[in-house]
Order: sequence, then structure tokens, then C-alpha cells
Amino acid sequence: MTNPRELWQEAFDASSIRNDKFQTMSGIPLEPIYGPEDGEFPGVYPYTRGPYASMYRSKLWTMRLFAGFGTAIDTNQRFKDILKSGGDGLSTAFDMPTLMGLDSDDPMSLGEVGRCGVAIDTLADMRDLFADIDLGGITTSMTINSPAAVLLAMFVAQAENAGVPRVKLGGTLQNDILKEYQAQKEFVFPPRQSMRLVRDTVAFTAAEMPRWNSISISGYHIREAGSTAAEELAFTLANGFAYVELARQAGLPVDAFAPRLSFFFNAHIDFFEEIAKYRAARRIWARWLSKRYGATSERSMQLRFHTQTAGVSLTAQQPEVNIVRTAIEALAGVLGGTQSLHTNSMDEALALPTERSARIALRTQQVIAHETNVTHVADPLGGSYYVEALTDQMEQMAEEIFAKIDEMGGGSMLEGCIVGIDENWFQGRIADSAYELERAFNRGERTIVGVSKFLEGNEEDQMETLRITNADEQKQRQRLASVKQDRNESAVLDALDRLAKDAVDPEVNLMPALVDASQAYATVGEMMNTMAGVFGRHIEVPTI
Amino acid sequence: MTTSDDQSLRVLVAKVGLDGHDRGVKVVARLLRDAGIEVIYTGLFQTPETVAAAAVDEDVDVVGLSMLSGAHMTLAPLVVQAIRARGADIPVVIGGIVPNHDLEELKAAGIAEILGPGAPANEVVEAVRRAAAGTSKV
Repeated sequence: MTNPRELWQEAFDASSIRNDKFQTMSGIPLEPIYGPEDGEFPGVYPYTRGPYASMYRSKLWTMRLFAGFGTAIDTNQRFKDILKSGGDGLSTAFDMPTLMGLDSDDPMSLGEVGRCGVAIDTLADMRDLFADIDLGGITTSMTINSPAAVLLAMFVAQAENAGVPRVKLGGTLQNDILKEYQAQKEFVFPPRQSMRLVRDTVAFTAAEMPRWNSISISGYHIREAGSTAAEELAFTLANGFAYVELARQAGLPVDAFAPRLSFFFNAHIDFFEEIAKYRAARRIWARWLSKRYGATSERSMQLRFHTQTAGVSLTAQQPEVNIVRTAIEALAGVLGGTQSLHTNSMDEALALPTERSARIALRTQQVIAHETNVTHVADPLGGSYYVEALTDQMEQMAEEIFAKIDEMGGGSMLEGCIVGIDENWFQGRIADSAYELERAFNRGERTIVGVSKFLEGNEEDQMETLRITNADEQKQRQRLASVKQDRNESAVLDALDRLAKDAVDPEVNLMPALVDASQAYATVGEMMNTMAGVFGRHIEVPTI
Repeated sequence: MTTSDDQSLRVLVAKVGLDGHDRGVKVVARLLRDAGIEVIYTGLFQTPETVAAAAVDEDVDVVGLSMLSGAHMTLAPLVVQAIRARGADIPVVIGGIVPNHDLEELKAAGIAEILGPGAPANEVVEAVRRAAAGTSKV
């Protein structure tokens, strides 16, 4: 058997390397990796030290900034600004009605249209959103869950109309419904029916969109909802295992879809614990995919992840200090080997970011990428007694949680995740951890600069934040009304009829019917309501 | 009905609209309970009408709205109006993400207290007490 170092060397030699000088400021030449001959290596199972042998020597992380507000035309402008200022991936934030599968003219949408993201009702909005942007030339991430299949269908329809073939579409759909019930709470259908839609998108993209990441399994929201780092790690990976079991049940071989799964983690302020979390995540995923699920492809075992700095760590007080918090968190993501990164803007404890604050957030990443030299050596903290011990502890804590979930599911992680949701087990643990953290703050055990200590300067006026007026809401409603007037009503009804028929048969993949309905200008709300007529709706029994 | 005696204070905490961020509302519910206040939680996705109806039915002293999605300017005044339309005068407190430039308008719309991000437990409890006692600043 070849030793890990040789395996690494072989993979490294096969990698293309960026044009850069890999040395320190005083000219010390740097190896791509440091460590003992018989130790772990990046790009080599179990990938603790990184999914790829050459890491940032080949390619820096994608600087992906989440954007979206108001109408599609407004967001399209922001997208173009991001691409112009050096961002290389788009990340779409949808407004609350879209996230909940409601149209802008729904009574429940009142006050929410275009507020936390862009409002998308029909294919017409999708066309405006991506106007003059080459969908085959960039990658697009869409943060959407309950209506993920609907928005994917609209995206595919838009690309089709723009002449971009499905095989060329690169990007990521969040599509992680399990964490919605556990943490983010943007659910529509009951869990099992939602999982059918996830299955349909995974099967569809596996067959037709080879460059598309079908699920971004997200710990971010679990952490933001209050979990600990270990819970974020364990719940997220458990959800990942559940999707693997789901796709296998649908008859997909693990190596046919696992390479298209990606992860999304939080970068919180506890610097070393975060780095240990990312390292443990890679090791656990590789071991489980190989041992429990029989993956043989390296790509299936290599956990790749997106990182976002912690929104909850930002303060409304002295917001400029948030730039510092975000920089430290972003550095943890980079030292942990992230594949893409979103840095929050300093004003996000107050409002959506202004253009200026979003630019500073991007600049923060660019400083890390281009000035600090931290990108030269893979897993620079590997081998630290401290970080290695923390990594092992994170793994052990996660394994204990997996054992519990597996037990709840009678030997199935898929069942365990659904039972845990039905029994409020995940939700309860997250709420308990959030409460404990708050109590520690109230007891004075946790310091937050500008909030619990060092308050001088708080009395200064708050910074000017982005204001979104209700004019956008009215504009979007008028837009929807005019699209509805112009469309062929009987084509819409036919498309929705077919969708309802397909939904009744759990063996049928719903994606083709959704693409056709999108082309007929059926609205997000119409498609969701049609499916809800078959699937029912989920109601959470509140607990405190 | 208004009293500063925590033992008999009843608070309805509510999520109105589509905002699913429920970390804050759950933590606040527990902190109020720790202070001896009786707390009822509506659960997610309520409308101004359902919140007002629950507040009146449960005969609460204060309604607490947790709002993080930016819809406070639209929805919070509607909650106040819906409560008044039922002939009740239950004070409404908002906690969450509310920019400074919205404070004045919300006060004018009848919101008793507004708690920003990072408000510690004692501040939350005091704001609820002030609202219940009718001693909030206008």
C-alpha cells in the first residue's frame, strides 16, 4: 500500500497551481504542507486536513456574497456590481414570501415583499434577476428550501430561454429541508412530503445538471438558532446522512449523487473551536460515507463546504466593531479550509447591508486572500496539540449525537432525523443551548464588547442603514398583476393540473411538471398551493 | 388589570407574519418565566388578528412581538389596531431588529416599548413591567 505522503504527492503533482510566490515576506520558501511522513495529508482519506491536496495553491475560495432585496431588477443591479468588484459567484437571497412559497399578492406577504431578499413570483422575475448575466459562465447559489424545486425549475426554464444548456449550469441549491423543521422554520409541507421533493431535485440534477450541487446541507441556521458548535456539526452531518439514505432509497448509487452534496457551516467567534469543527466534519463525512454507505469515489468522501460568518455575533452597538469580528471569523473559515465564504456586513444587526458595508465585507476576504499569505500552506494548524485534541473531541461529541439519532430511527439516520423533528428533539436541544448561552451572558460570564463591557461610544448615532420602502411591495404586486394578465390562463391551468396528478404518484419526479408550469408563467404560490393540495401543510406545535 | 406584581403578570409572546426566527422569542419567554411572569407563546406565522384574539382571550397584561425580518413597520401597528378594535388596551412591546429611524413612528403608532438587539434579561423584564404598569415613555 502506498503511504499517505506518496498519495498526497501524486495528487499534488497532478494539480494546477496558481501563479503566486509561495514564500513569507522575508523570503522563506514554503512547503505546500507541513507534518510527519506518516501523518494525515490534505486530499487523502479521511481528508481531515482538506479535501484537496493543493488547497488554496490551486484555487482560492469563492468569495460569494449573499445579495437580494426589493425587486428582481434591483437585485440584478447588485449582482452586476458584485461581479464587477471581483466577486465570482452569485448568491441569491429571496424574500420571506418567496421562501415560504407565497406570492407577493398573498395577504400573508404583507410587509415582507422584497424586504429580506428579492421577490420572485414568476419566470418574468427570474428573467429580470439574471438579465445580462451569463448563467453558463458563473456559479449561482440559491438559498431556498421549501420551494427549492419550484425555484430550480424556474432557473432551468430561464436558462433554457437564454440558450444555456442544463449541463452548463453550475451552482448550488440550498434545498436542505430538514434543518427548516429543526432551526430555520421556513417549512410548508410535512417532512416526508418535503423529502420527496428533495429526492426529485437530487435525481433530476444528477441526471441532467452534472455541475449542480443539489443540496447544501446547512449547519449555519442550526447554529444561528442557538446550538453549540458540536450540535451544529452533528445535526448537520446527521441530516447529510439522511439525504444519502433518501437518495439510496430512490435507487441512486451513492457515488452518483454524493459528489454533488455540499455543506454550509457557520464561522462563529470561538476561533479554534470553529477550525476544529471543520476538520472534524471532513473526517466524519469521509469515514461514514466510506464505511456506512459504501462510497468508493473520492469525490463522495471529500466534504466541501461554504462558510458564513456568524450573524448572531454581530452587535447593533458600535457596528464598526463588527468588521473585526467578521474578519476573525472569516479567518477561522479559511484556516479551516472552506471552499467558499460569505462575510457579513457590519450593519447587519440593524438592517440589510448598504452597498458600502457589503463592499467592506468583501474587502475583508480580499485582505485575507491576498495580503496575509495564510493561503500558501494547507491546514496550517494541523499538528497543533490543541487543535488536534479539539478536533478529536468535536468528532467524539458528534458521534455520541449520531448514536442517539440512529437509535431514534431504529438504525436509520433518515428515520432518526424525521422522528427527532416530530418529537421536537432537535428543536428542544437548540432552544436549550440558546437559553444557556443567554444565561451565561446575563450572569456576566460572557463578555460582548460594546454590549456588556466597553460601552463608551455607544451613545454615538447609529450608522445610516439601508431603507426599503413599501413602494417595492406595490411595484412587485403590480408586476405580478400584469404578468397574470398577459399569460395564457388555460396553459397555466393545464400545467397545474399535470403537477397535481404527478404529485399524487410518489414514484413520479415532479421536476418536469414544475419546469413546464414555470414556462407557462404559473406563480410560485400557485405551484406550491397545487402541491399542498396533495401533500398537506406542516404545523409546528410550539414549545418553549 | 395593570399591576407591577410579577406573580400575576401574564404576557403573550408572539411571532407575527412570515418571520421564522424563533430563537429570541423562546429565550425571552424563558427569561420572563425566570422572573416569575406567566408566559404564553403563540407559535409561528400568526396574523395581527390571531395575536389580538389570543391576547384578549387569554386576558394578558402585555403582548410581546418578536420581529427580525423588517416587517415591523407594517405589522406591529396592525397588531395595536387589532387589539384596540376588540375594545382592549393591552400594551404591545417589540423586541428584535428595529433600526433607530423607525422608533419614533412605532411609538406614534402606539407601541409601548422597543427592545433592540443585545438587550439583557433585566432590561427585557423591566420593559415588560413598565408596559404593564402604563409607565412607558411616550
